[in-house]
Amino acid sequence: MEEIGNLMHGFAVALTWHNLVFMLVGILLGVLIGVLPGLGGANGVAILLPLTFTMHPTSAIIMLSCIYWGALFGGAITSILFNIPGEPWSVATTFDGYPMAQQGRAGEALTAAFTSSFVGALFAVLMITFLAPLVAKFALKFGPPEYFAIQLLTFCSFVGMGREPPAKTIAAMMLGFALAAVGLDTMTGTLRMTFGQTQLLQGFDFLVAVIGLFGLGEIFLTMEEGLAFKGKSAKIDPAVVLRTWAQLPRLWVTSLRSCLVGCWMGVTPGGATPASFMSYGMARRFSKDGDKFGEGQIEGVVAPETAAHAAGTSALLPMLTLGIPGSPTAAVLLGGLMIWGLQPGPLLFVEQKEFVWGLIASMYLGNIAGLLIVLTTVPWWAAILRIPFAIIAPVIVVICAIGAYTVHNNMFDVVMMLGFGVMGYLFKKLRYPLAPLILALVLGDMAETSFRQSMLLSGGSMSIFFANALVGSIVTLAILLLCWPLIGYLLDRWRASQGRPKRA
Amino acid sequence: MDRQLICRSLAAAGVAAAFAVTPFAASAAWEPTKPVEFVVPAGTGGGADQMARFIQGLVAKNNLMKQPIIVVNKSGGAGAEGFLDVKSSKGDPNKIIITLSNLFTTPLATGVPFNWKDLTPVAMLALDEFVLWVNAESPYKTTTEYMTAIKGGSAGQFKMGGTGSKQEDQIITVALEKSVGNKMTYIPFKGGGAVAVQLVGKHIDSSVNNPIEAVAHWRSGALRPLCVFDSAPMPYPTKITATQSWQDIPTCKSQGLAVEYQMLRGIFMPPGVTQEQVDFYIDLFKKVRATPDWKKFTEDGAFNNTFMVGKDFVEWVTKAEGTHKTLMQEAGFIAK
Repeated sequence: MEEIGNLMHGFAVALTWHNLVFMLVGILLGVLIGVLPGLGGANGVAILLPLTFTMHPTSAIIMLSCIYWGALFGGAITSILFNIPGEPWSVATTFDGYPMAQQGRAGEALTAAFTSSFVGALFAVLMITFLAPLVAKFALKFGPPEYFAIQLLTFCSFVGMGREPPAKTIAAMMLGFALAAVGLDTMTGTLRMTFGQTQLLQGFDFLVAVIGLFGLGEIFLTMEEGLAFKGKSAKIDPAVVLRTWAQLPRLWVTSLRSCLVGCWMGVTPGGATPASFMSYGMARRFSKDGDKFGEGQIEGVVAPETAAHAAGTSALLPMLTLGIPGSPTAAVLLGGLMIWGLQPGPLLFVEQKEFVWGLIASMYLGNIAGLLIVLTTVPWWAAILRIPFAIIAPVIVVICAIGAYTVHNNMFDVVMMLGFGVMGYLFKKLRYPLAPLILALVLGDMAETSFRQSMLLSGGSMSIFFANALVGSIVTLAILLLCWPLIGYLLDRWRASQGRPKRA
Repeated sequence: MDRQLICRSLAAAGVAAAFAVTPFAASAAWEPTKPVEFVVPAGTGGGADQMARFIQGLVAKNNLMKQPIIVVNKSGGAGAEGFLDVKSSKGDPNKIIITLSNLFTTPLATGVPFNWKDLTPVAMLALDEFVLWVNAESPYKTTTEYMTAIKGGSAGQFKMGGTGSKQEDQIITVALEKSVGNKMTYIPFKGGGAVAVQLVGKHIDSSVNNPIEAVAHWRSGALRPLCVFDSAPMPYPTKITATQSWQDIPTCKSQGLAVEYQMLRGIFMPPGVTQEQVDFYIDLFKKVRATPDWKKFTEDGAFNNTFMVGKDFVEWVTKAEGTHKTLMQEAGFIAK
């Protein structure tokens, strides 16, 4: 096969000494960037981009993409340990990862997260290696109605399953939608709900909200409950990696489904964040232990991490073949390609073989190197929880503040983060779920845009969502998922009535 | 208030003009005293961001300045966040901003209290071109054919995709509608790259993408350029496809579509800086433009490589603001 030959050539390019060094530097920087909330992969890559202009383009993209892999790995660390998602796509990881850490199973959760990240990435790289041209063509089929269908599917796979009363879920979600609507409306170019405040022009950034709601909210709760981390009993045990690995193979169905969801969302390009939510929602729906999700299920860590990493990796495919970025980081890398004098697009794979296959080979090597690096550090990360709360809590608050500031280099964001922190605390005390709010905040804007674009295209007719087989089947799937609890309930009743016929 | 601002800017323009005659060899004595903040009033990855980061890299690579440049994105409210930030940094000589057309469109469309006269104009680096694109599989081989089709179709039948709302792409679309005499449906997307891909996927009928956003799809045979919205064809004779170069794309005017539009890629500084400080940056950008890397960058992006400073630049910006105001007023895009 031609691809194998090309890939081998790519390995020869990537496996030179200086490229290996760049790879390691990239991974380490990336993990650090991922750990610091706010300083996302996109910012990290953007800051380092100008430094690479003097480098060979292949070395440059190897280093920068390794920062990206590193950030994908690193995002999970603070999510699990402190309930602070380092990156938007690790929000779903907190749902079960943090409870695991509280039960003293931080090492287990970290190992599961890192390993699933690796599996997801590997799956996506294999897809890029062998199916690139085919997948690129598929991505072209996605217009506004198809995007909306995907976003609808994400919502539907997530809602309707929480243990909280539906009214509270809906209230939280509506608040999320309202927050998402603040700022500039891209469809009409007018400002909404800014009340003349220039500070509100940029709207509520998802990351700022998440850092406050999750990170600070959690600190407030912990302070109330006795100034100590619950995960303190975590033992430092290197063997935890092996023990966790022994558990993972039985989750292969979840893993495979998450890989598929992730690749699909990365290519289309829905992005890593919706992918992680969708995958978590689906895992909860289809798992035997679905009702135990949120209490520290390892499956609840595997599903979002696999999908996020698969999406993050496959997002590079539309960037290389079509010139559309599948993620914010990919957007910055895209700028880099042009500056290095490479033209992303359908011809890149033909004209710049060395570059493309060097990059693909570095995806394999970078992810293996990344996995080894983060796995060896698992016991140390888990040991952070043993540091007394009085020392670590101020550090976390400072990191949160820096994180919120870095998102837009804006002091007002720090104030907003504090506000969101109080809100997160109140939500927890009043038992309102945070996840629907976050989901609405991150997807509301995107879903609204693609819905209104579709309406413009169709002249206001809803039939556009069933106009072709692709969009029709996604929408149908979404509606089925939404009604699943009802269908399940009716099925149960039907079965019950069959098994226990009424007495005459 | 407004009049005062105009007077002040005219005075500034006068000073700039006076300075333009003095020889440039006597380099300005002032130099940045700390890292220079380069504000981009748009998100990461877009055209302005790319140019800013490219300049940042060029300056570092060629040692053009002792202090480093730090690129900061302030994209909130269609760039209003960035402009307001620079406006409020009165007298700060270590801050510059790169502009898009949102220098004019954002305050007009949103009513955010800001005008370019609140800033100190430094230089025009280049002008970004706009090209009318259709899918290569569409039956329209020339501008005339496409315009006839739009005219003959029902109102809103043809779909034009573009970046953002009430910004440059939609302004061109409105001007085009006026010239043809029939409405199109304008669909806003978040970025130019996405628009080009939507056109390749035939979800829209045409776009007015910048050259760099669509060139890859042109080369692969998926898109077809019809005309360029400039007064003269783009001066780049290198063949992009087997048969065509940028130069071969006719102007829209020559095809009976009397619409001209270019986007400013210019540099501004906060208000209240000295002429000496402005001159430092003018000199810096002259050095940037002299590098072979810049030449390649503008050629790849088929930019209109016009450089302007001082009075010429102020005049150009004043005229461009008037054009935007007229076009947006006619389209009903002005905020009340």
